[in-house]
Amino acid sequence: MLDFIARRLVAIIPVLAVVAVFVFLMLRLTPGDPAAVIAGDNATSDQIADIREKLGLNEPIWTQFAIWIGNVLQGNFGESFFFKKTVAELIAQRIEPTLALAICTLIIAVSVAVPLGVMAAYRHGSLLDRFVMGFAVMGFSVPVFVIGYLLIYVFAIELGWLPVQGYTRIGVNFWGFLERMVLPSVTLAVVYIALIARITRASVLEVLNEDYIRTARAKGLSNRVVLMRHALRNAAVPILTVIGIGIALLIGGAVVTESVYGLPGLGRLTVEAVLSRDFPTIQTVILLFSVVYVVINLLIDVGYTLFDPRIRY
Amino acid sequence: MMKTLTKRTLAAIAAGALLATAGPAMAQGKVVRFVKAGNLTILDPVWTTAYVTRDHGYMIYDTLFAMDENNVVKPQMVDKYTVSPDKLTWTFTLRDGLEWHDGKPVTAEDCVASLQRWGKRDTMGQKLMDFVKEFKAVDAKTFTMQLKEPYGLVLDTLGKPSSNVPFMMPKAVAETDPFKQFASYIGSGPFIYVDKESKPGEKHVYVKNPKYKPRSEPASGLAGGKVVKVDRVEVVDMPDTQQQVNAIIAGELDVIEQMPHDLIPVLKKEKNVKLVDWNPLGHVFVIRFNWLTKPFNDPKVRLAALYAMRQEDYLKATIGDAAYYKVCSAAFICGTPNAVDAPDGMLTKPNLEKAKALLKEAGYDGTPIVLMQSTTLPVLTNMAPVTKALLEQAGFKVDMQSMDWQTLGIRRSKKDPADKGGWNVFHTYSVSADALNPISNAYFAANGDKAWFGWPNDPEMEKLRDAYAKETDPAKGKALAAKVQARALETGQFGWLGQWYGPGATRSNITGWLKAPVPVMWNIEKK
Repeated sequence: MLDFIARRLVAIIPVLAVVAVFVFLMLRLTPGDPAAVIAGDNATSDQIADIREKLGLNEPIWTQFAIWIGNVLQGNFGESFFFKKTVAELIAQRIEPTLALAICTLIIAVSVAVPLGVMAAYRHGSLLDRFVMGFAVMGFSVPVFVIGYLLIYVFAIELGWLPVQGYTRIGVNFWGFLERMVLPSVTLAVVYIALIARITRASVLEVLNEDYIRTARAKGLSNRVVLMRHALRNAAVPILTVIGIGIALLIGGAVVTESVYGLPGLGRLTVEAVLSRDFPTIQTVILLFSVVYVVINLLIDVGYTLFDPRIRY
Repeated sequence: MMKTLTKRTLAAIAAGALLATAGPAMAQGKVVRFVKAGNLTILDPVWTTAYVTRDHGYMIYDTLFAMDENNVVKPQMVDKYTVSPDKLTWTFTLRDGLEWHDGKPVTAEDCVASLQRWGKRDTMGQKLMDFVKEFKAVDAKTFTMQLKEPYGLVLDTLGKPSSNVPFMMPKAVAETDPFKQFASYIGSGPFIYVDKESKPGEKHVYVKNPKYKPRSEPASGLAGGKVVKVDRVEVVDMPDTQQQVNAIIAGELDVIEQMPHDLIPVLKKEKNVKLVDWNPLGHVFVIRFNWLTKPFNDPKVRLAALYAMRQEDYLKATIGDAAYYKVCSAAFICGTPNAVDAPDGMLTKPNLEKAKALLKEAGYDGTPIVLMQSTTLPVLTNMAPVTKALLEQAGFKVDMQSMDWQTLGIRRSKKDPADKGGWNVFHTYSVSADALNPISNAYFAANGDKAWFGWPNDPEMEKLRDAYAKETDPAKGKALAAKVQARALETGQFGWLGQWYGPGATRSNITGWLKAPVPVMWNIEKK
């Protein structure tokens, strides 16, 4: 197992190398000049040219790449063109809201979607099953920002139960943190619930037709035990897989959700950096997202062994 | 008994929790939460012309002079100033009690260094520096400015209200290379920037400067006593305008700098929110032509385009409600000293026959012109479609290319031909305060590569601008400004397409928002 984990960790290196080259080239080859953005709307061409020079953007592209990658290998991700802070500092400032949003979303999604999926499978063809399937279709079809604005209108504007926007750091005020996380997490969880509930339903449905379930029932075990201990556990591998795949969905969704709810997280940082062509920030954030994605999927692979003892690495 | 105890215990826990929650807010006193029209990322107001950075400057820095609500420049940090009879030596004496946020006194040397750094970046400052022989700190509170020849815009330049504003900074900060961004927040203005609590992308925190000594005169525009009546201002980064509206309705925000016009009706219905016309000069729409590329390298083609323009079409399409726009053919803003109407109804009544005739004379071959449309700045989005329609009526073929504002901002700096990644026409707008005379209005600069995008090259225009800059008699200055405007219309240098106003919004318990070209936070009260 340790050997497997070590091999997978080593495999991250070429993945990151490819991502680094790809992102770097993509940013440099697409139209965009951070100097023009920095200089402001009233700046002249000369002023923009001076800023380009100061930022080192007139160097040949491969020189720029060599400087950047050399710094990254030394743990220096550079300084944001705009914020006058190191990218590492910026990310440290912005990671908490995104992490909080991701964790809350996962908790809500898994705790709602798995029981829903199991119940839908158990009551296959019933009203509940149709509801779950309908919800799944809706969850996939309605864009995250529409759900966001709808929830804000109902729960923040009309009912006044929850704040419209913003973020309170967990260390500053825990209750404030919780009340500001409810709507964003529910918004982002909808699509995730749809995905997991659908897969759970399909997996459990398949397992419920297996001989060992019939045997369990013949032994007189209760429905709860049959479903939770025998059916769900055996159906867990595809569910776990889809949770892992969904991390990419979560990252994409976080960008929109953070914008709608004014959360100062990595998603919004990415949008701001892209709009202002803040190369060092974009490059580092994308590298970070890649690492997260690879590591989460590694954890999911390791997690398989907990649910299916037949899987060995 | 048990029940009562439980209730009491619960009540005590609830009260404790409430106090714990409310604690920090109560300790902060009166807090104003403010959303700007853009996100603040750069804190050096000399390094960028971005308005959001300019506004940050007004919070923490002070200026030698400032413009009042009648557009008259008044002393601000300066106590008194004198001009020698030959108009070559200006002597400025600072007010008593001016202090930097770190407690050190503001000195004449600080001011000289600040002016020198700013004068290397700002277009009006550069012009002034062309006339300056030397600055000299006479004593701790007095400095002189020796000119090579008389300059008519000394006070207008030192009191210019908008980007780049000549903010005063400590000498050590002002000695930073003007092309490098500094990371200092020490000013002498009415607010102190709290770096520790400020998080770019989330909020920027300012607290009242307890040592600030406001002038004794009442606040007026950007001049007069900058009396701070709140304890703390939080500038919240919230780019989504719908979210801003939701937040102010819910009471989570106190002030929105500028409302998109389509959301104004929503707020008009809210009894706890009011709209405030804080910027009486408003803004002005502009059309720029690229003088370097065909067909707009030909003045006849540029003129043809101007003859096709009708301001009201633009204003109706972008602003809609006539309460928030004004048709005005004067380049230097209607209602201000240099305003003169354009002749023959130019820009207000299209003359398509003349436009067509000019195109024919120019031998326009029907090559489509590239019109860049910004789709991300709501107030500009509808400008380009109107231009497309008007130009097509005049006989142009128009290739309207849509892009986000950042991309447009980048592409407009390209001098390549339009079919090789360059451009022919785009729209922008500026605050009217930047457009009040031929020097501060950067669109009139016609010094080729050094001019603003479009790079007009017209030595005659530059002669007129120089003459205006040197003129010290206001009446003669106005006549020269009229000549500058006439010359711009003669060469089709660029077009001004109407004035518009973007009201801000506040909660109804906010009062005292000053009428000025910049949204300032002094004088504001929260009841």
